[in-house]
Order: sequence, then C-alpha cells, then structure tokens
Amino acid sequence: MMGLTVLCLGVALVPLGSILYSVAVQGGSVINVDFFTQTQPAPCSPNPITTCTQGGIGQALVGTLLLLSLSCLIAIPLGILTGIYLAEYGKGPLVHGVRFFADVMTGLPSIVFGMFVYAAFLIVFPGRVFSALAGVLALALLVLPFVARTTEESLRLVPNGLREAALALGLPKYKVTGRIVLSSARDGVVTGAILAMGRVGGETAPLIMTAFGNIYMSTRLDQPIGAMSLLIFYNAASPYANWNALAWGAALILALMMLGLSIAVRILLRRRFRERRIGA
Amino acid sequence: MAFPFRRGARGARRNPTGSTWGDTLFHLGSGAAAIVLLALLGLIVLVLSLDAAQSIGVFGFGFLGNRIWDPNTDQFGALPFIYGTLVTSAIGLLLGVPVSLGIAIFLAELAPASIRAPLTYVVELLAAIPSVVYGLWGIFVLVPAMANVVDPALQSVLGFLPIFQGPVYGYGLLSAGVILAIMIIPTVAAISRDALLAVPQSQREAALSLGATRWESTRMGVLRYARSGIFGAIILGLGRAFGETIAVTMVIGNANEISGSLFAPGNTLSSVLASNIREAFGLQASALIELALVLFLVTLVINAFARIMVWRVFGERGEAVS
Amino acid sequence: MTSKLTADGLSAWYGPKKAIEDISLAFEEHAATAIIGPSGCGKSTLIRCLNRMHETLPKTRVEGKVLLDGEDVYEQDAVAVRRRIGMVFQKANPFPTMSVYDNVAAGLRLNGTRDRKVLDRAVKGSLVKAALWDEVKDSLGKPGVGLSGGQQQRLCIARALAVEPEVLLMDEPCSALDPIATAKIEDLIFDLKKEYTVVIVTHNMQQAARVSDSTAFLYLGRLIEVGGTRELFEHPREELTEKYITGRFG
Repeated sequence: MMGLTVLCLGVALVPLGSILYSVAVQGGSVINVDFFTQTQPAPCSPNPITTCTQGGIGQALVGTLLLLSLSCLIAIPLGILTGIYLAEYGKGPLVHGVRFFADVMTGLPSIVFGMFVYAAFLIVFPGRVFSALAGVLALALLVLPFVARTTEESLRLVPNGLREAALALGLPKYKVTGRIVLSSARDGVVTGAILAMGRVGGETAPLIMTAFGNIYMSTRLDQPIGAMSLLIFYNAASPYANWNALAWGAALILALMMLGLSIAVRILLRRRFRERRIGA
Repeated sequence: MAFPFRRGARGARRNPTGSTWGDTLFHLGSGAAAIVLLALLGLIVLVLSLDAAQSIGVFGFGFLGNRIWDPNTDQFGALPFIYGTLVTSAIGLLLGVPVSLGIAIFLAELAPASIRAPLTYVVELLAAIPSVVYGLWGIFVLVPAMANVVDPALQSVLGFLPIFQGPVYGYGLLSAGVILAIMIIPTVAAISRDALLAVPQSQREAALSLGATRWESTRMGVLRYARSGIFGAIILGLGRAFGETIAVTMVIGNANEISGSLFAPGNTLSSVLASNIREAFGLQASALIELALVLFLVTLVINAFARIMVWRVFGERGEAVS
Repeated sequence: MTSKLTADGLSAWYGPKKAIEDISLAFEEHAATAIIGPSGCGKSTLIRCLNRMHETLPKTRVEGKVLLDGEDVYEQDAVAVRRRIGMVFQKANPFPTMSVYDNVAAGLRLNGTRDRKVLDRAVKGSLVKAALWDEVKDSLGKPGVGLSGGQQQRLCIARALAVEPEVLLMDEPCSALDPIATAKIEDLIFDLKKEYTVVIVTHNMQQAARVSDSTAFLYLGRLIEVGGTRELFEHPREELTEKYITGRFG
C-alpha cells in the first residue's frame, strides 16, 4: 500500500514540478529592465520580416500594486475590527452567524464578488462599471472575511490571564483590547493580513468585469486598469508569441511576489522577542 | 487622564468593564463591522437579483432547463453550463479524490516522521499557485499533452464509449476536469489528513492487535472513524471545484452547448461569465447575471453544508474533537 | 480602627451555581487579612468580588455591597474602583510583549501619563517596594517574561503598586512558586501592609499564620469564622474551623 500512496504523491508532484519549471524557464527568458518599464507591445509572432518588440508589463505592475494597496487599505482595518468583535465583544447568536458566514464567504468563488460589484455598478454608476474603483471594491470584499477570521483566531490565542491583569490594573475594556490584547496577538494578525494580500495578488476572476484590464498605463480610479493576473489571462490565450512570453514573465514575477510574502510570514512566525531599550 | 470623561454611577453596576465613550465607540464600531459582513451576503443576493430580473422575467424557471445559449437570437438557457459544471467537477472529483486520499494516508500514517512536514508543505504549495498560472500552464503544457498523447490514447482504447468519441482539440471538458483534479488535491488532502490524524492511536492499535495488516488496520480502524471528516473534505473539494473559474476558462474551449463527448469544448457556470461578461449588454448581460446568482446560491449551499460537516468533526474553532 | 474595606451581605453566582453566600467581612487598614478554606469554598470568588473582577466573566451575578471607605464600589465606575483596589493573580502574568520597565509603567502609561520623569520615578518606586529593584535595575529593558517565576510575580506586584492603589488583593500569589521565592514574597507582604490594606487568599495555613493579622475561614461559600490570626489558629471558636486547621479535611 505504501507504493500506491507514494504514487498518489507523485501524481500530485508532477504537475507542481512542471508548473514551477515552466514558469521559471519561460518566464525567466523574458525578464529584463524593459519588462518592468515598458507597456504592452504591438502583437507579433516570430516571422522572417520584422523582429518583435518584447514590450513589458509596466502598466500591469502598477495596476496590481494600486489595486492591492487600496483594497487592503479598506478591508484589512475593517476585517481586524470585525475579528476583534468576534473574539472580544460578541455574544449570542449574532456572533455565531457572523463567524459562520465569514467562513462560508471565504470559500465562495471569487468571480461572484466581481459579478456583485459589476451588477451594483450597473445600477449605481452605470458609466463607471469598468473602473479601478470597481476592482478595488471587489478585491476588498474578498479580503474582508479572511482577515476577520484570522484576526479572531489570533486574538483567541491570547491567554485570558492577560486580559484579567490589564482589567485589574483599572484599564477600560477598549484599552485592554486595543493596547494589550491586540499587541500580544500582533504577529498572528499581521500574518493574516499578509496572507490575505498574497491571496488577492493572484486573483483574476473578480477583476475581469470590474477593473477590466488596460494595455496603457493608468492610475485613475474611474478608468479601467491593468493587473498582472489579468495580463496573464488575456495574453496567454492570445495567438501572438510576444504576448505569450509576457504572460510567462508576469507569472514568474507573481510567483516571486508570493514567495516573498510567504517568507515574510515565516520570518514573523519565528521572530524572537526583540529587546526594547530603555533605562531608568 | 480619562477620568473626566467617565459617566457616573448610573451605569456603573451594569458596566463591569468601564463606561467611557471609548468603550461604547469600540463596541459599536466593531459590532458594526461585523454586521457589515452579514449585510453583505443579503446585499449580494439583492443586487444580483435586481440585475437578473430582466432575464428572470423573460425566461422564468425554464432558464435552468434550456440548452440554447444564443446571443444572436436573444435566447438564453443555463443547461449547457450546469452540464459543464457537473461534468468537469465530477471528473475533478473522480480523479482528484483518490489521489488526495492516497496522499493523506501517506502523510498521516505511512510516511517516516522526518519527511512528513516538508512533504506536507510541498503539497500545500499546490494551493498557493494562483489559478491564472494554472491556466497558463494548462494552455501551453497540459492541453498539448492531452491533445497529442492522452486523448488519442483514450480514444483508441475506450473509443467505443460515446464520451470518448468525437474530434480531439485538447481544449475541452476532460482537460478542464484534469486541471480541477490537480487544484482540489491540496484542499482534500489537507483536510483528510487532519481527519486521519484526529483518529486516536487506540483505534489503530486495536485493529493491529487483532492481527490486521497495515492496510486493513488503516481501513478498519482509521478510515471508518475519519469517515465524516473525509466526507467533509470531499464536499469542500466539490465546493472548490464548482467555484474554480480561471484555470477552467483557459482550457475548456468556450463553447456554449452540450455535447456527449468529454473531448468537446464547453463552459461552466463560472467560465461562461469570465469569457462573455465583458462584451455583454442588455438581455445577455442580465442572463449572465442570473447565472451568477445561480452560481452564488449553489456554492453558498455547498460551502455551508461542508462547513457544518467540518465543524462537527473539528469543532467550531477548527480543533479536532474526537 | 477604621475598616478600609468591608464586604456586606455579599453573594455571588456563576450562572445558576451560588459560589458565596451572604458574606460580611471587614478588612482593616494597614493590616493583612488572610482568607483560608478548602478548595472550592469560594475564596477566590470572594476576593474577585471585592474589585469587581467577578462580573467580567460571562453569566455571573453579584448581590450585596462592598464598601471602600464607606462607599459601595458597586455604585461607582468599575474601572475607577480597580485603580484603587489592585490585584495580583495566582499565576504571574506579565505582559509578554513588554519589557520590565514597560510592564510596571503599563497602568500609568495607558491611562495617559506621558511624563518620562514621572514614569521613571513610579517604576523605580514600585520596583523598590516590590523588593525587585536590585535584581532588575540594570536590565529594565529586558522582556518581562524573561524573569524567573518568583521575579515575575514580584514584577506583577510592582505593576499593581505603580497605579497607587489603596488595597492590594492577592489570590494565592505563591502557589506556583518555590519555597525561597515564597519566602521573599511573604517578607514583602510584611512591608506592604504598613502602607496598604492587604487581603491574601491562601490554601497554605502556615502562610496565613505567618503573614496575616486577621484570618477568615470560608467553607462551601459561607463565612464560618473570622478573627485575629493568633486566636483563630490557637483557639478556634467553631468546630469546623478546628477540623480544618487540624487537617481533618483539606
């Protein structure tokens, strides 16, 4: 039986290896300075007459950074606040309901959130359906329940003795929660936030009908905006070789970004207590 | 100092944790954030229904059973996509669940302790890859492999079955199913592994002491006990498969019709949205939004069901309860 | 002698279960009162009612009065009450993300005190009173959780003293400590009671005999007997008290 289960493991590892290999090799071949600074090139496949310009993903890089930062700016504080409510203040059926739905929401297909924002904008902002703002909102909806649950879990890990010690010192509950408990749970909460950012960075579906994609550099909130995931999606399916190559390059950069976030999380989890320096 | 801001004795007895404005603000503020979450779900249903109203009005419930999707004649039905979703998910589960269980058994029962942690991490790595990268790999590696090797092989051996007949493009329901299988492995394997690990050692020992072989003790002592946890894992995997969009979109071939062959292109509830929403307007847009509503409700129910199953085994906070 | 702190007809519940019943007890100023009794007799519940910590748990209820300088604490703001009645817990719980200095200063800082000089003075003063200053004066920046068990407990005492309470409640402060650390804290209590009103819950009768001026004996939630420590231990009035003291039940 060992052999059979090892075979299963192998079956899972083969695509993993293939993906990592392809991304590294195909993506690596297109990385250079231009890749980061240029924008979408004219479509072109190798032919004997002209050389294809490589172009770059500059507009998508900027787009991803903008979408990521704005959506996290909105959703992470809200998510932390919700997590605090779930862990520290909530009582009764409301808490269970919120917790249950937060869990369920994290499992919903992300395209639903995109469709929701799309449908909402059709009603409220019909002229701005495809805009960076819509993309930001769709991503924020993804991040919110995730951060709420990870924050709640981290706060629950803080031993009750600390809350009691702080209350017994004559501190009001909001200071106990905000200053003592939250800072004790700091590492866990930050880890959750970073993981959320990682998840959102790779998201494509909710952006298709909100941010829409843009081959030109743009940072306006009321206009469509590019994103690395969208770029991969559209360029991969195109028949042009130079566009395909950009897709691989973007995939490599995306993978490296994820790796970077994952390493940051591990460093945080292993962090030793840093000495504060003061004297008296 | 905060003292000047405190309310007096009136609220004192009922406020063991202080009655400052800070406390009220914090309590209300965090509570409001929580309510936003709940309200959101209702809002999603509301907004989607509003925009789908046009399509619902025109097609009614027949929408779900109609197999024609034709923007040119303004005829829209959901059946091809329900079919596509069911077929690809079924393939995904059929291929993915046994592999996941094998991995779970290996990691929980058979693997030497030293390599368990790194291997678990590696399997989890599969989950960290974004869907769009799966799709990219799918287009340039999987689809050619299917078109040139796997599909023709299946056709030559099993070509008498209608599901393996017809032209081979590489893009199609089968390829989408294969990619789904790969993508649900980390989820199903991880939760199944947790379910297996939650089985108390005494169960294994009881089976072994009765003279069972390794496989028998696993089957009798462990798998049976972990049944509901594994079932929950499968349901969660199903939920993931149902909702997986991008990778599927990139390899499924984008055809809005039902075909008897697994090699044929098709669309799922989510891939049709991804492929068509940007250019859609009017009735087609409304019909697509109606599809989104259907997708939302179906995955909501599946996920809720799965969460309940997992909570029963693992307790509300995710720790194992025996 | 004036009674600094008085419990008057105090009863408390955990959900439906009544933990203490109708307890009336006076705690004298500048003295230490010990509360003894077998496990489950309600000692901790009683002491936690004195500084309104009992009600921070869900589904709890309190009836009766607790008078601090003649005024019922249950008619006042709970947070203000806890500034005046400090508490040290069974298990030392210094704040893990803070240094020794920050731990002691926490109560003051979080209530708005910013002046560095004021904080320095308060920290040093409290650490001296808690008999910990000499041991930590060169490592105030080190994490609070890096100290030994006994030191951590004295750190918690210093932290409680820094907000200048009038009463200090101690809930089995030495039960998790070795004899040497315990002895240090008992010596400390001798000094503390000159300045504060100390109430100490202990399951260790020798400890009660050593450090307290009065002792109250609780059994199954009721106050059985209270009196001067010496008299209670040498000539207990109640049979139950005598049985407990002579070890007939634990």
